[in-house]
Amino acid sequence: MIWTLSAPLLLPFFTAIIAFLTRRSVAGKWVSLSGAVLHLGAALVLVSAVLDQGVIAGSFGGWDAPFGIALAADYLGAAMVVITGIIGVAVALYSFADISKSTEALGFHALFHLLLAGVTGAFLTADLFNLYVWFEVMLISSFGLLVIGGSKQEIDGAVKYVTLNLISTVMFLTGVGLLYGMTGTLNMADLHFAVQEVENKGLLSVVAIMFMVAFGVKAAVFPLFFWLPASYHTPSFSVSAVFAGLLTKVGVYALIRAFTLIFTHDPELIETVLLWVAVLTMVTGVLGAAAQSDFRRILSFHIISQIGYMVLGLALMTPLGLIGAVFYLLHHIIVKANLFLISGVANRIAGGTELARIGGLYTHAPLLAVLFLIPAFSLAGFPPLSGFWAKFIVIRASLELEMWIVAGAALFVGLLTVFSMTKIWAEAFWTPHPDALAPKLSRLSTHDWRAMMWPIIALAVMTVIIGLFPGVFYPFVETAADQLLNPTAYLDAVLGPDAVAAAQSAVGQAVIVEGN
Amino acid sequence: MNSLILKTASRYLAAILLVFSIHMLLRGHNEPGGGFIGGLIGATGFVLFAIAGSVAEARKALRIEPQNLAMIGLGASAVAGLSALFANKAPFSGLWLFLFAEEGSKGLPLSSILLFDIGVYLVVMGAILTLVFAIEEEV
Repeated sequence: MIWTLSAPLLLPFFTAIIAFLTRRSVAGKWVSLSGAVLHLGAALVLVSAVLDQGVIAGSFGGWDAPFGIALAADYLGAAMVVITGIIGVAVALYSFADISKSTEALGFHALFHLLLAGVTGAFLTADLFNLYVWFEVMLISSFGLLVIGGSKQEIDGAVKYVTLNLISTVMFLTGVGLLYGMTGTLNMADLHFAVQEVENKGLLSVVAIMFMVAFGVKAAVFPLFFWLPASYHTPSFSVSAVFAGLLTKVGVYALIRAFTLIFTHDPELIETVLLWVAVLTMVTGVLGAAAQSDFRRILSFHIISQIGYMVLGLALMTPLGLIGAVFYLLHHIIVKANLFLISGVANRIAGGTELARIGGLYTHAPLLAVLFLIPAFSLAGFPPLSGFWAKFIVIRASLELEMWIVAGAALFVGLLTVFSMTKIWAEAFWTPHPDALAPKLSRLSTHDWRAMMWPIIALAVMTVIIGLFPGVFYPFVETAADQLLNPTAYLDAVLGPDAVAAAQSAVGQAVIVEGN
Repeated sequence: MNSLILKTASRYLAAILLVFSIHMLLRGHNEPGGGFIGGLIGATGFVLFAIAGSVAEARKALRIEPQNLAMIGLGASAVAGLSALFANKAPFSGLWLFLFAEEGSKGLPLSSILLFDIGVYLVVMGAILTLVFAIEEEV
C-alpha cells in the first residue's frame, strides 16, 4: 500500500533529476513529458486503489503512525493527486512551445517536477510537519520558476511572492511548534484525538487561527492575497498556469484538512471567521478583477474570488457545503489552468496580454474563441458547464442554512465574474486588432500548434464532460465530503482500528472526569 | 585575492578539509557528524580554493558542475529510499549488509542509510558551491 501511495510522490523526484542532467539536450523536455505521464499513471493507480479499498495509508521506513511519517489518501486526497497529474501532463506538453531553450538549460523542467512533487506530497501527507516540508519544497521550486526568466518584472513579482509566503511559513512553523508542545504529536489522525484532551482551549483556538492565517496566505484569501496578483502575471504562461491551477488550491486543501480533522473543538469561532473571510474574498477578488485591464491580471484576481466560494463551502461545514467545496476545488483547477494556457496562445498570436493592445481573435481564431468560452463561462457559472454545478451546490448549501446574505453575495459575485469575462471577450475577441493584425492560429508553427492547443482542447473537453455528466462525479464527491465530516475511515487507516478505539475511550474518560 | 601564502596553504588546506569532510560523513551514523555537516566542510575546501585562486580554478578542480553534483546527490538519496522496494519493505527503510561479519564482530556495515547520507553530502556540497561560485563570479 505504501508503495502505491509513494509512487506519485517519488516519481517526480526521479524525473526532476534526469531532466536536470539532460537539461541542455532535446531529451530534457521529453523526459519531462514522459515523467508527467508516468506521474498521472501512478495517480490513477492510486485513485483506483482508493476506490477499491476506501482510505489507504502507510508510513515511510516502516515506522508506524503516529511516530513515523504517515501518508494517507482518502477520496479528496486521491482526486487532488489525479488532477495534479492531469495539469502536470498538460503543462509539460504546453511548455514544448512556451519555454525557450535558454530557460530549459537553466533547469526549468527539473523545477517544474519538483513543484509537482511538493504539491503531490502536500495532498498525501498525514503529518503536519511533513506538510510543512512539502510547502517548503513548493516554495523553493516556485521561486525558482518565477525568477528563471530573469527579467526585472519577474524578479519584482518573485520577491513579493516569497516575502509574503515566508511570513506564512513562519506562522505555520510556529503553530506546528505550539501544537506539538501542547499535544506531543504531529500526526494528523493522532492530533484529532490529542487536541480533544488539551485543557487550555483558548490557546488551542489561537493555534487554530495561526494555521488559518498560514494556510490563508497560501490560499490567497482576504486580506492575505496581495502577493497573488503581484506575481502571477509575470512568469511564463506555463508557469502561471500551474501556479493558478494548483498552488492556491493546496492552501484550500490544507484549510479543509485542518478544520475538518484537527481543529474541531470550537466550530462556532472557526466557522464564523471562515464565513466572513469567504464572503470578503469573493467580493474583493471580483472587484479587483473588474478594475484590471490585462488578460492575466483579470484571471489572477478571479482566482481569489473563486477561492472564496471554496472557503465558503468549508465554512458552512454541512455535508452539502463540503460537497460544494470539493467539487469547486476539482473543477476550478482544470478551468483556471486552461484559461491561463489560452492567454498564452492569445499572447503568442495577438502579440500581448494587455487587453487594449489585442483584438480580433474571434474573427481570425474562432477555435480559440470557442475554447476560451468553455472555461470562461464555466468559471462564471453558466449551465451546463462544470462551474454551474459547483456554484449551484455551494449556494444551495448556504440557502439551506438560511444564510440569505451569503447566498446573495455569492450570486452577485457570479454576475460580476460574467462582467469581467465579457470584458476579456469584448476586448480580446470581438473588437478588431488595434494594429490591424490578423491573429490567426496559423501564426503558430505546426509543432507549437500541437503543443499548445492539444492541452487546451483536452482540458476544455474535461470541463464539458464534468458539466454534462455531473451525476457521474457527484457520488464520488459526496463520499469525499462524507469522509471529511466523519473521519473514522481516515483515522482507522492511519492509526489502525485498535489504536482508534483506545484513543476514543481515553477521550471519553477524560470528558467524564471533567464532568465530575 | 592575491596572497602567495594563502594560495600555497590553500592547496594543502583544501585537501585536509576534503578528507576531514569524508571522515565527518562516515562517523555521522553513530556520532556527531553526517552528510549535512560533511557536505558543508567539503564545500569549504573548494570555496577556499576559489577565494585563494579563482572560481575558474575551483570549477576545474571540482571537474563537475556543482548543480549536477547536487542533483546526483538527490538521485543517490532517492535511490536509497527506493532500494527498499527490492527488499519488499516500506520506502526509506534501512537495508543492511554486514561484509566479513564474524562471531562478535559486525564486520564492515554497509547500508542504504549510508547511500542516503552520501546523497545528502553531495546535495549540500553542490548547492553551497552553486551559490558561492555564482556570487564570486558576479562580484
